[in-house]
Amino acid sequence: MGLKEKIFKKSLWLFHLSAGSCNNCDIEILDCLTPRFDVERFGMKLVGSVRHADVLLITGIVTRKTKPRVLEIYEQAPKPIVVVAVGACPITGGIFAEGYNFAGPLDKVIPVDVYIPGCPPKPEAILAGIVKFLNK
Amino acid sequence: MGKEIFYFLIFPGLLFSAVIGGFLSWVDRKITARVQFRKGPPLLQPLYDFLKLLLKETIIPVRGSVFTFLVSPVLALFGATISAVFILLPLFHIETGFAGDLIVVIYLLNIPSLTYIIGAAASGNPLASVGASREMKMILSYEVPLLLVIVSVIIKAGMTISLTEIIAAQAAGGAFIGSISGVIAFLVAIFCIQAKLALVPFDIPEAEGEICDGVAIEYSGSSLALIKLTKYIMLFIVPSFVVLLLLGGFSFKGIDILWSVLKLLVIILLLTLIRNTNPRVKIDQAMKFFWIWMNLLAVIAVVLSILGL
Repeated sequence: MGLKEKIFKKSLWLFHLSAGSCNNCDIEILDCLTPRFDVERFGMKLVGSVRHADVLLITGIVTRKTKPRVLEIYEQAPKPIVVVAVGACPITGGIFAEGYNFAGPLDKVIPVDVYIPGCPPKPEAILAGIVKFLNK
Repeated sequence: MGKEIFYFLIFPGLLFSAVIGGFLSWVDRKITARVQFRKGPPLLQPLYDFLKLLLKETIIPVRGSVFTFLVSPVLALFGATISAVFILLPLFHIETGFAGDLIVVIYLLNIPSLTYIIGAAASGNPLASVGASREMKMILSYEVPLLLVIVSVIIKAGMTISLTEIIAAQAAGGAFIGSISGVIAFLVAIFCIQAKLALVPFDIPEAEGEICDGVAIEYSGSSLALIKLTKYIMLFIVPSFVVLLLLGGFSFKGIDILWSVLKLLVIILLLTLIRNTNPRVKIDQAMKFFWIWMNLLAVIAVVLSILGL
């Protein structure tokens, strides 16, 4: 692991994007920022603008409406960027996989680095996924 | 010539104030975390943030003015560094022989805010221009009470506009905060620097929830790193300026070093506690707060200091 990668992993700023989720995973992501789980001890914080982001947390199936938006957000993010698929929906489509509005799992749209399954994943599961990524 | 470059780049200037400012921003984040019963970031977090931003890609907006957009963070850093030199040289008892530095410092401390406005307006983003307009209104709000506080300090120091003489006057007759007008002026100054540093009740120009970091929204990569560095430096020098004006400056004889560090940390602690216990106010509330209440208190402080209280 080079110095560049080490510094990058010490200070990950999160940008949170809902690509048509039922809002459960979003609430679980916000749980990670609360005092009980506190991801700031890993140097992570939530940022408001995608220009400042190092990690894209994407929840929800990618619907036909949000697919162009997800692509645009991904292109606007400064590289290197880590894409995390949170929940069952962006990974496989979950219970919405048969829906008319389903525009493919997330990794058919943009490259994904970390998958965190669960419907919704517990905050512990999200933290475990992030720690696995940090130790990779 | 060599001495000036050393002053600017290494000792009271860029390197020193950036290191101390980074440490203070860690203190700020750690206190915030402890207030919320969290653990908080590690000590080197500001350094990691800065280096990581340097390594990232810098995106230039299509509809922006490229040159102005990229130059304004550099100018902000210059302004912060020069004001660091002007404030810290008298604080560290290095003789400059420059009599009117208080006036220069007042101007220089405004350069970062002004360059944020220019950079935000050049980025071509509607949210950034909202942030720029709010930043402008904030400058108009906090600048008058801050100037009145400085006027009261000038009167108490016996009509001098030299920072060295202000420190000397306090060393001779006790720190200015020991009087009634000093206490009032300190109160006003704390709120003004809270607004100057854009900390929470007055972080209206860069409100994260509503306008997504406002003035900094389009900045990424190394230009955002320069803005962060400017914020670190400002977090160090603006409280030091208040220490200089009202708390008697720093002293480096024996146990006094601890006392000097404590003065700075107490101001940072006050700022952080205000930041953690208050919600963000609206821009009209902030202007009303500064223009009516803070100005009133500052005028009272000036009158009391004329009366010698």
